[in-house]
Amino acid sequence: MASEQTHSGNPRVDIEYRKKKSAEEMRYQIVSFSMMIFLTLVAFIAVGYGDFSAWFIVPFILLLAVVQVVFQLYYFMHMSHKGHEAPALFLYSGLLVGLITILAFMTIIWW
Amino acid sequence: MSTYAQKKGFGATVWDYLTTVDHKKIAILYLIAGGLFFVLGGLEAMFIRIQLAVPNNDFVSAGLYNEILTMHGTTMIFLAAMPLLFGFMNAIMPLQIGARDVAFPFVNALGFWLFFFGGIFLNLSWFLGGAPDAGWTSYASLSMASEGHGIDFYALGLQISGAGTLMGGINFLVTIINMRAPGMTYMRMPLFTWSTFVASALILFAFPPLTVGLFLLIFDRMFGSNFFDVANGGNTVIWEHLFWIFGHPEVYILVLPAFGIFSEIFATFSRKRLFGYSSMVFATVLIGFLGFMVWAHHMFTTGLGPIANAIFAVATMAIAVPTGIKIFNWLFTMWGGSIKFTTPMLYAVAFIPSFVGGGVTGVMLASAAADYQYHDSYFVVAHFHYVIVGGVVFGLLAATHFYWPKMFGTMLNETLGKITFWLFLIGFHLTFFIQHFLGLMGMPRRIFTFLPNQGLDAGNLISTIGAFFMAIATLILLINIVITSVKNQKVGNDPWEDGRTLEWAIPSPPPFYNFKQLPLVRGLDPLWIEKMEGKKGMTPAEPLGDIHMPNNSFNPFMISLGLFVAAFGALYREDYNWGVLVLIVGMGITLLSMFVRSVKDDHGFHIHKEDLLNDDDKGGKA
Ligand code: HEM
Ligand SMILES: [Cu+2]
Repeated sequence: MASEQTHSGNPRVDIEYRKKKSAEEMRYQIVSFSMMIFLTLVAFIAVGYGDFSAWFIVPFILLLAVVQVVFQLYYFMHMSHKGHEAPALFLYSGLLVGLITILAFMTIIWW
Repeated sequence: MSTYAQKKGFGATVWDYLTTVDHKKIAILYLIAGGLFFVLGGLEAMFIRIQLAVPNNDFVSAGLYNEILTMHGTTMIFLAAMPLLFGFMNAIMPLQIGARDVAFPFVNALGFWLFFFGGIFLNLSWFLGGAPDAGWTSYASLSMASEGHGIDFYALGLQISGAGTLMGGINFLVTIINMRAPGMTYMRMPLFTWSTFVASALILFAFPPLTVGLFLLIFDRMFGSNFFDVANGGNTVIWEHLFWIFGHPEVYILVLPAFGIFSEIFATFSRKRLFGYSSMVFATVLIGFLGFMVWAHHMFTTGLGPIANAIFAVATMAIAVPTGIKIFNWLFTMWGGSIKFTTPMLYAVAFIPSFVGGGVTGVMLASAAADYQYHDSYFVVAHFHYVIVGGVVFGLLAATHFYWPKMFGTMLNETLGKITFWLFLIGFHLTFFIQHFLGLMGMPRRIFTFLPNQGLDAGNLISTIGAFFMAIATLILLINIVITSVKNQKVGNDPWEDGRTLEWAIPSPPPFYNFKQLPLVRGLDPLWIEKMEGKKGMTPAEPLGDIHMPNNSFNPFMISLGLFVAAFGALYREDYNWGVLVLIVGMGITLLSMFVRSVKDDHGFHIHKEDLLNDDDKGGKA
C-alpha cells in the first residue's frame, strides 16, 4: 500500500524498499492480467472462428488453461512468495491425487 | 462469559457445552458422542454374534440381519472410531504443540455438531421404516435396488457428518502449520501430533471422493439421475472406485493416530526417547502417501484385468515396508528401557503382535491371485478386525487410560484397567482368530445364518463366546469411569511421572487458556529436557500479557440443525407434499445462521494480565 502504514512494530522497516517492491508487484499483476485476457480470447477464437480439427483444439485449450492456472496461483495468489510452501505442497498433492483418479477412471472403467 | 471455574448449575453446564468453542470441551463432546455410538455399534456386533452362535438360528430375520450388519460397520467406522480419535486429537494435539486453541475454534465446534447430527440422522432410520442394508460399502448395485429409505438415510447422514469430519481435518492442519510454540519445529513435534497432521491431510484428500460418490447416490435415488443405472447407460463400478479411493485412506486415517498414541506410550513408559524418531516421521508420511495408490486392492475380483490388479497388488505390498519400520522402532524403543507396565503400556505391548497378525493377512490378501479365494469370506472379516480392533480400538482404549488424567484431572483405576485389558485381549483373539479358518473353510462374509455339520459350528460358537468377553471388558471400563468420576481424586500436572511432552507441563485439566505464557521448546520431548536439567517446568518464551480468547457461540449448533432438518425434507420430498417445504426451511435455518455469523462482529474477549497473576494457585504456568 502506498500509505505509511507498515503493519509492523519494527521502526526500521524500509518504506522506500517496500514501495518499490509493491510497484513491481503491481506491474506483474497488470501484465499477467492482460495476458490472461489475451489467452482467453485466443481460446475463444480457436474454438469459434478457426478451422482447426478437434485434435488440435482440445489439447491446445487445455494447455492455455494450465498457463492460466499458473498465472492465477503465482501472480494473483502470490504462491511464489515466501511462507507459501505449505499451501503449495497441499495444492500439488491434491493435484496428484486428482490426476491419479482421472487416470484410473480413463484406463480401467471406461477403457 | 469466560469459563472461570465457578460452580455452575446443571442447565448452565449444558448450555456451556452446547455453545463451547474450547478445544478441550469439544474433545469431551467427541468422547461422549463417540462413546455412545461405540456402545451402539458394539450392541449391534453382539446381535450379529448371537445370531451366528449356532447354525440355523432365528434370533433375527435375514433382512434385519442385513440392517444390523450395515449399521454396525457404518457406525463403528464413521461414528465411533473416527470421532473418538478426533476427541483425543482435540484434547491433546494443541497442548503438545504449545497452542492456546485450534486455529478456528468456531469451525471446530461446527465440525462436531455436523458429525453429531449426521450420526443421529443415520440412526433415526431404525425408527423410520428401516436402517440401510447394503453393507457399509453400500455398493451401488445393491443400494440402488434397496427398497424403503434406509440407503437415503445412509447417504444423507454420512454427507452431513462427513462435512464435519472434513472441517475438523482442515482445522487440525492449519493449527499444526501455524500455531506451534516458539522453538517447536516440525522435527520436534511429538508423534501423536505428526500422525494427526498426516491423518488430517488424508481426510482432506479422501473425503471429497466420498462426498462426490454420496451426491451421485443421492441424485440417483432421490432426484432421478442415472449415474449408476446400467439400463440407462450408467456404471455401478464408478461407485466402487469412488468409495474405495476414500475407503482405503480411511483405514489409515484411523490407524495412523493410533500409531501416534502408541509411540507416545512406548516412549513414556520405557522412559526413553522414541527410537528412530525421524524414520518414524518418514514412515508416517510415506504410509499416508502410498495409501492413495492402493484402493483397487478391494476390487481385485471386480474384473479390472491382470495389469491393474498387478499394479495395485505391488503397491499394496510396498506399504508393508514403512509399517515394518515402525514396528521395529517400537521394539527398539522398549529395548533397554526401564519399562513400567501400566495399563496403557499393556495395550501398547499387546498391540504389536495383534497388529502384525493383521498385517500378515493383509499382505496375503494383497496377492491378487490368492485374493480370489479369500475375497468376501470370513478371512477378510478376521483380517480387518485384527487391524481395526488390534490397532485402532487398542489405541483408543490405551489413550483413554493414558490421557484420562489430562482431560479430567482424575486417574482411572489401574487394577480395573488391567482386568479390562486382559478380558478384552483374550476376547478379541477368541473372536477373530478362529474366523481366519472359518473363512478358509468357505464361510462367506455377510451371511445371516449357516447350516449345521459343515465344520463351521464350533468355530462360530467360540467366536461368539469371545465377543462376550469383550462386552464384559467394556462394561468394566464403564464402571471404572463411573467410580473414578464419583471419587474425583484430583491429580497434578504429570500424573504418570514420566511425561515427556508439553501437555504434561500444565495442570490436569489445563486452564481454559492452556498456557499462561507460551513455553520455549528446546528440542524433542521438551518437558523431559527440562526435567533432565533439574527444572520443574518449561521456561516461558514470552512475558506475561493479556490473552485473547474467542466467545462461545450457539451458531454451530444451529447451522448443523438446519442441515439435519433439510435432510428430512430431501428424503420425504417425493412421498409427502411437505417434503419440499421442510427442505427449504432447513436450508433457511442453515443459511440464516451462516449469514448472522458473517455480519455480526465478534471480537472475543481478553483475559487481563492481573487476572492471570491472581490465578497463580491454578498454576497455569507455561
Ligand atoms: C469389538 C467387537 C466387534 C465384534 C464382535 C465385531 C463383529 C463383527 C461381525 C460379526 C461382522 C460381520 C461380518 C460379516 O458377516 O461380513 C462385522 C463386520 C464389520 N465390522 Fe465389526 N466387530 C467388532 C468391532 C468392530 C470395530 C471396532 C470396527 C471399526 C472401527 C468394526 C468394523 C466392521 C466393519 C466395517 C464390518 C463390515 C460391515 C459390512 O460388511 O458392511 N467392527 N463385525
Ligand atoms: Cu485398502
